[in-house]
Amino acid sequence: MIRRIYRYCQAIFTTALCIYLGVAQAQSESRRSGFDFMRSATQAMQRDDSQNPGMLWVRQGEQLWNQSAGSQNKSCASCHGTANTSMKGIAIRYPVFDERLKRPINLAQKINQCREHYQHTTPWLLDSQSLLALETYIAFQARGLPIAPTRDIRLQPHLDRGKELYEQRLGQLNLSCAQCHDQNAGRQLGGNPIPQAHPTGYPIYRLEWQTVGSLQRRLRNCMTGVRAQPYALGAQELVELELYLAERARGMTLETPAVRP
Amino acid sequence: MRPQAFHSTRRQFLVTGTGLAASVMVRPADATTEELSAALRTYAAGAPVQAGRVKLDIAPLIDNGNSVPITIQVDSPMSQVEHVTSIVVFNEKNPQRDVVKFTLGPRAGLATVSTRIRLATTQKLVAVARMSDGSYWSDTVEVIVSIAACLENPI
Amino acid sequence: MAVTFIKAPANARRGEIIEIRTTIGHDMETGFRPGDDGRTLPRNIIKLFTCHYNDVLVFSAELFPAVAANPYIAFHTRATESGTLLFTWEGDNNFRHSEKINLQVT
Repeated sequence: MIRRIYRYCQAIFTTALCIYLGVAQAQSESRRSGFDFMRSATQAMQRDDSQNPGMLWVRQGEQLWNQSAGSQNKSCASCHGTANTSMKGIAIRYPVFDERLKRPINLAQKINQCREHYQHTTPWLLDSQSLLALETYIAFQARGLPIAPTRDIRLQPHLDRGKELYEQRLGQLNLSCAQCHDQNAGRQLGGNPIPQAHPTGYPIYRLEWQTVGSLQRRLRNCMTGVRAQPYALGAQELVELELYLAERARGMTLETPAVRP
Repeated sequence: MRPQAFHSTRRQFLVTGTGLAASVMVRPADATTEELSAALRTYAAGAPVQAGRVKLDIAPLIDNGNSVPITIQVDSPMSQVEHVTSIVVFNEKNPQRDVVKFTLGPRAGLATVSTRIRLATTQKLVAVARMSDGSYWSDTVEVIVSIAACLENPI
Repeated sequence: MAVTFIKAPANARRGEIIEIRTTIGHDMETGFRPGDDGRTLPRNIIKLFTCHYNDVLVFSAELFPAVAANPYIAFHTRATESGTLLFTWEGDNNFRHSEKINLQVT
């Protein structure tokens, strides 16, 4: 009798555990990369390196990695050796807390920090072709790895601010990121489905731009789209948004260079 | 260049798009379709252009008219005596009819070529192959474009 | 110096038909778009792509503004003998770029 009760309890517990895990699993799998929202022709373009236009920027980035610059005539390779080993898990950790500036910075800003402080040469303009190419090359080395921003207590206030920005209504259309990308993801907007806004492939080759561009460029496009004055390129608000988006996408696979409509 | 009409209500915005969607200066359908027929006639130098032997592969619905993958395959042995000498693609409603002209020969081995093109709006595309025996064969496809190329500036 | 990405086999059997895929970085400015000042930006495109196999022209493509930016061209050729494949791109404003790859045919 006791054994039967025990077995019933065991069964109920196991079932409950399965349901809980099933739900938890389903919830974590409900996140979808922008890749999933694209039509098959665009997906095919991304999947095949010989058809992915973003690979041109990876190629260019590789050349820049090996190019000497500055008063010491140092290249990235001088300190970092071969990128496919030294840069393997790097891009997925960004944005990171920068010791010098005492605030988070993204990968492009980090590259510029290296240029200024270690190569002793002028930083590149944000979103310039060279900077984008090198950023694409470095992020490409982490392709296939899960997005894993550093867990740094100093980032917490910035992460909180990023979440606030994400949920804040803005522009003449008075829309927040959350309203489109959390509440209306999957529904149509201007001929294409609204994606969930996970930064799974930056820098991306965007068909609309006909070139590779940064996450900040995309965020500024969105802000213009809701008729808001976009934050300036490199603004702290944009980095905080990038930080929040990276945390929100933790565990999703990096696809750089992604192709997006 | 006509500026985009800015919609004041959120509902209108959601229904009609981001404000970057196609507001293309499309010329009257007759003018461009006539130009397409003329382009075909010129290329074929008056010879009849028959439907068949050519397959123009293109996704019927595309994400963005700025970059549309196409593949053209022509049924031909590609031998010294019987082969495709050229493949041409024409469009119906872009600012200009020509898209691309490929020159082949028996060395090609296979009359299959691919590229990516721009489409200004929903329209017909025609691929025409000229054979070594002087005959012309074609395939026509209708493509639906929701976000257009050619006339807009991305931000 | 333009950036290119070329996919072609390094080896092939005699008579085998090989596929070559080429991509080159180029804006392919159509000549139909307005610039930031509202005036139409002048056309600036690649107009011609050629492939020479041991100095023999085996394939060419004439491109128009309707070809997408960063032009992608894929085609086939028969592997006849070992040698060099030379790809050239020419266009507006004296644009010219070439790439060479080796092909070993057994």
